[in-house]
Amino acid sequence: MDIEQRKRELVKEFSPMLRKTTTISKIWIGFLIAVIAVGFYALILQFTKGHIVTGMRDNVVWGIYIINFIFFVCLSYSGAFIAGILHFFKTPWKNSVSRIVEITTVLSIIIGPIFILLCIGRLDRLHYLFLYPRIQSPITWDIIAILTDLIGCFLYLYLTFIPDFSILRDNSDDAPKWRKKLYSILSFGYQDTTSQRERLNKITRIMSTMIIAMAIVTYSVLAWIFSLTVQPGWNSTIFAPYFIIAGLYSGVSVIIVAMYLIRKYYHLNHYIRKVHFVGAGIILLVISLLFGYFTFTEYFSRWFSHKTHDIELLETLFNRYFWEFIFANYIGVLVPIGILFFKKFRTIKSITFAAVIAILGLWFNRYLIVVPTLETPYIPIQDTRPEFIHYSSTWIEWALSFTGIAAFILFFMLIMKLVPIIPISGIIDQERKSKKIKPKIIL
Amino acid sequence: MAHKNTIKNSANRRNFLKLGLMSSITAVAGTSLVSNFALEEEKKTTGEKVRLLTPDGKIVEVEASNINKYPEAHITPAESRKGIPNRKFVMVIDLAKCKNARSCVESCQKAHDLDYNEEFIKIQLIQNNEESLPYWFPKPCFHCDEPPCVTVCPTGATFKRDDNIVLVDNERCIGCKFCVTSCPYSARIFNWGHKDKFENTNQPYSPETGIPATEGTIMKCDFCPDLLRQGKLPYCAKACPMGVIYFGDKNEDIVTNGEETVRFSELINDRGGYRHLEHLGTKPNVYYLPAVNRQFPLERGFNIDEDIIERYKNVPYVQDLKKRGKI
Repeated sequence: MDIEQRKRELVKEFSPMLRKTTTISKIWIGFLIAVIAVGFYALILQFTKGHIVTGMRDNVVWGIYIINFIFFVCLSYSGAFIAGILHFFKTPWKNSVSRIVEITTVLSIIIGPIFILLCIGRLDRLHYLFLYPRIQSPITWDIIAILTDLIGCFLYLYLTFIPDFSILRDNSDDAPKWRKKLYSILSFGYQDTTSQRERLNKITRIMSTMIIAMAIVTYSVLAWIFSLTVQPGWNSTIFAPYFIIAGLYSGVSVIIVAMYLIRKYYHLNHYIRKVHFVGAGIILLVISLLFGYFTFTEYFSRWFSHKTHDIELLETLFNRYFWEFIFANYIGVLVPIGILFFKKFRTIKSITFAAVIAILGLWFNRYLIVVPTLETPYIPIQDTRPEFIHYSSTWIEWALSFTGIAAFILFFMLIMKLVPIIPISGIIDQERKSKKIKPKIIL
Repeated sequence: MAHKNTIKNSANRRNFLKLGLMSSITAVAGTSLVSNFALEEEKKTTGEKVRLLTPDGKIVEVEASNINKYPEAHITPAESRKGIPNRKFVMVIDLAKCKNARSCVESCQKAHDLDYNEEFIKIQLIQNNEESLPYWFPKPCFHCDEPPCVTVCPTGATFKRDDNIVLVDNERCIGCKFCVTSCPYSARIFNWGHKDKFENTNQPYSPETGIPATEGTIMKCDFCPDLLRQGKLPYCAKACPMGVIYFGDKNEDIVTNGEETVRFSELINDRGGYRHLEHLGTKPNVYYLPAVNRQFPLERGFNIDEDIIERYKNVPYVQDLKKRGKI
């Protein structure tokens, strides 16, 4: 069987995924749009009534928006990191998961910054950031880093899409006109000739190293927004590497969950196999050990040196936030370690469960970094208004948070309608390399 | 500026007042020159000119009508970035005299058009250690020499002037709140929702007065530069019945609480002046004199609104007082 024929075959295999929308996914899309609609209503309320509708007040000026912002940006960062590593080291089993990773990277770097915009009191003056920029502000660094990262990730994602667009362009004779036209524009005249292929490989490889570097810079800058202040609980030298490990922790977990869902709902058991889950699970195990180590070091040194303001913060954490603390820093670390450490526990379901625990634990870990610190400032809060003493998020903030998640899933589903989630070109490349005409196992 | 006592070196004080007056004249001249360009079509000049002396020794000629038009100079946001020349404003708060009368808070709130709970100067009840008695601690913005808020501001909406004052330009502020999280002294207030007072158009906005405030932006204690330009004390210093708050110029080494005028360096050296949380390296321009030989028993400070006493309920000493039924 020659390559062209094999391409046609693969397009045929994946085209139902691209063109047919099952009832379940229709219900899903409807549900997601409903969530987004509620979020849109909340957004309008926040715009018209001001930030008074949120739970944020003068002491806790940053709430769950900034936590979601960190969360999504770290997702993107770790996605970029993993995508870069998979590509750079030509990992043998990467093909089935690389596109999931890349889409996660780009979508979360688009959604994350939207949350920081929700924190800004005067969105109508956003252009002042460019009209009156001040380079010593970590926010300016953050804007530069995120914009660069966004462009870099987008380019990288696009580069990996080009070969598939060209295959789809050449093999979708029965597809609707708009789809054919779209593929022919997006494939950019790529004909899969040897020289084109080599050039594309080279560019993709360079980009894969660049996005790793950009991801590290972006996430370090994000950590510095906190650690460059003098606040107890934030002013920590290890915050940048800690955030990077934390980012990988949630990133790998989200990818595992995405793999599980995609495998289940699109019946891709043949492509996304147990070996992928075990591989990702072992990576997650290593990162969870690192993450637990960083978390322990961070709190242990604060507790042991017991400076007044650090102790005040720890008292808040161990009293008011006791269960959150236990969940984030004990359950959220030890349960995944416990599951992933033992070989016999490493099943697809249990690995996915460990990943879910890790995601939730990490989100709470971020919450405990942001909110309790702001609730225990150097000069004690002496106020009678409960909302100024303690932060509690409002339904508006939650609605917008879930909108972020819903938008993430929705866009993910829409992208999967445009390109196959398993890169066809990757399958072809592998078969070409192994000289197999029609291999039985495709990793 | 009311003053009953004089000090030996009175030349210095006269200098302080004179320079204060002159800098306000510069401001008047400056504004009128700028607005002459802007409002040309509706302005009729009388042709009469007045000569004025600027602080740097230059004589300038301005329209007499312009001076009358600006009894209180309006300082535009751009002008407010420069600061009053040759000044280094400094505040000294004498904790031994404070009895939580809250006149400073109320006077400031009135002048800055603030609501009941919006306080540029807050009175905290601070206890240094378990053994020591708590004391009343008036806390304005410290107008630091190394202000973390200014460093982190992405648009330059908050800025440090040559005269030591840290101001906020709420026409430039995008409301990112990074300054709030970076200020270790909780000096900043955010305007979370809309209020009718924001539409007050009685006077044009100036960062030096902070009026009107704007939704979605930051505000804070500003050391009342509008009064300083007129050679007056800030509202809090003027209002305090106990003379707790001294205000002055470090360049001239003089501070006054309106009743007595003293050398700043002597006051700090003789009375053990210190800055709150010195170890943070922010170099505040607000100094404190420790609460030794107090003039009032602490309990006198509880003779206020029930709602305000509630603020201090977490201080162990207050819990003890409540238990014994003293408040």
